[in-house]
Amino acid sequence: MTTPLAAPGTAAPVVPDGSPPRHGRGRRRLTGRLTGKAALLNLALFVGLAASIGPLLWMVTSSVKPEGEIRQFPPTLLPDEVTFSNYTDLFSRLNFPQFFWNSTVVAVVVTAGAVLFSAMVGYALAKIDFPGRKLLFGLVLATLMVPGVVTFVPLFVLVANLGLINTYAALILPFLAAPFGVFLMRQFMMDVPDELLDAARVDGAGEFRTFFRIVLPQTRPALATLAILTFLGSWNNFLWPLVAAQSADMYTLPVALALYTTGQNTVRYGLMVAGATVVVAPILAVFLALQRHIVQGVATTGLK
Amino acid sequence: MATPVIDGSRRTPVRREPGARRRRRGWAAWGFALPFTVLFAVFLVLPVVSSLYMSFTDMRGADLRDPLAVEFVGFDNFATVLADDKFRQAIGNTIYFVGVAMPLTLALALFLAALLNSGLVWFRSVFRVGFYAPFVTSIVAVAVVWRFLLQPEFGAVNSMLGLVGIDGPNWLTDTTWAMPALIVMATWRNVGYYVIILLAGLQGIPRDLYEAASLDGAGAVKKFRSITVPLLRPTLLFCAVIMGIGYLQFFEEPFVMTQGGPLGATTSVAYEIFNQFGFGKYGVAAAMSYLLFIAIVVLSLVQFRLLRSKA
Repeated sequence: MTTPLAAPGTAAPVVPDGSPPRHGRGRRRLTGRLTGKAALLNLALFVGLAASIGPLLWMVTSSVKPEGEIRQFPPTLLPDEVTFSNYTDLFSRLNFPQFFWNSTVVAVVVTAGAVLFSAMVGYALAKIDFPGRKLLFGLVLATLMVPGVVTFVPLFVLVANLGLINTYAALILPFLAAPFGVFLMRQFMMDVPDELLDAARVDGAGEFRTFFRIVLPQTRPALATLAILTFLGSWNNFLWPLVAAQSADMYTLPVALALYTTGQNTVRYGLMVAGATVVVAPILAVFLALQRHIVQGVATTGLK
Repeated sequence: MATPVIDGSRRTPVRREPGARRRRRGWAAWGFALPFTVLFAVFLVLPVVSSLYMSFTDMRGADLRDPLAVEFVGFDNFATVLADDKFRQAIGNTIYFVGVAMPLTLALALFLAALLNSGLVWFRSVFRVGFYAPFVTSIVAVAVVWRFLLQPEFGAVNSMLGLVGIDGPNWLTDTTWAMPALIVMATWRNVGYYVIILLAGLQGIPRDLYEAASLDGAGAVKKFRSITVPLLRPTLLFCAVIMGIGYLQFFEEPFVMTQGGPLGATTSVAYEIFNQFGFGKYGVAAAMSYLLFIAIVVLSLVQFRLLRSKA
């Protein structure tokens, strides 16, 4: 059960099974034509790759350039002179440690809570016949498509009346109920064999024990995928924190960066790029470390 | 105690069980469902319902503490909103954005996925990760980068255009070019996600189909039209629906890149909703939200009709 999500050919960048035969009649001529075609195809992909990650690389390298070099024409990719003054100013003068902490607390709690709650209700929906099950699942499906812009105004009114505006609770609670997560977990919980659950019950394990000891370990890849996607979503979330965090000490990183970069006319470009790097770098690091999981998980959510 | 028979062939997810035990399991199930259900009811279902209620009231920021004391105004908000030139412009801009960015993203994603699916690619996993990377980044952060790239004097885009003798415009302050610039940026950020999904779909198509078609003398175009597109239809549908939902809510790009300008040229419906909310006109904002929601549902239904497998 370690790679039920694996899309074919994920691990190996080599020719997958059943690719055009390389052997046979006219082998040499065919190979010659294929390498020419392959070179062209790979060149096209490299151009696309450069366009895709070029701006991100430029961001990282520019964050350590002195102000003058950033404005230089033509632009440089690698810095001529490396300086960390943008980062030191960002962290000492602009309160970025606080924003970073806020983003981290919110993303970690939202991820832990949303994954656990989604798994719990996903398990109940997939494996237990209980009164109200169809209604609950129907509601979950119906709200899958409801966009954040439809709910943020009444949500603001609600949260204001609960006295929660400008608190961590406001930033966290609305995201602990994730219909997409429930849907995803239910789909994966369906694949857990009933025999395993029955065996646990025969051994006298209660429902909660069965869930934590048997079901959760069985669905680890799905949990990991959901956790990563939830973390990414929370870290990058913008509209709701923009509305719900009203004083600077509650800003998350994207909100702080947006207000800093759009609020004033005289900005230091170096600070902006360094700020952008601080927002993007942790997520990019998580992504690169777990990229196989993410890519496979995303590929399967599309197929489920 | 009736223990269910262990039977490998049975895969029904839910089974009928004797009374007492079923009741106990029902309680356990609600125990599992409770944390989600409470939060879901309070923070999602309630706002969706009260959004509809608000859209028929004249609720304003001043009514925040007493939302039930507001005046019921029927369809007034909807009438006002639909007659408002700024909102009409926002609708036009959103249609422009979705109408261009969606086909562009989908076509580019399909093209890249088809290239990646070829047996001739050297570093497939490198490309997949590279294409996907922009999608995990915060729009606010990459907007900083794109404002540099699009900067008229020292930006990389105009520098490169200058190399081929083109004098690039001041992208973000030009009413003609601001929207295309945002479309390119959105496509850049989103395309990789759809490459991954479409590639997984392409890899699910059996290769012998193509080989059989080749033996029958079918060319690349014919194979693409007769094998790839029909078999990829469910995946394309998924992509189109997800993309439509996301693109119709187009908000962060204009917020950070242009503040909806120049002269409202990049003000989207979602941006206008946020503006009305900022003015304290909650009823108006809620009416706009519902119109956007209806647009999202309608677009999804149309896509289902157009793209569902033709049996």
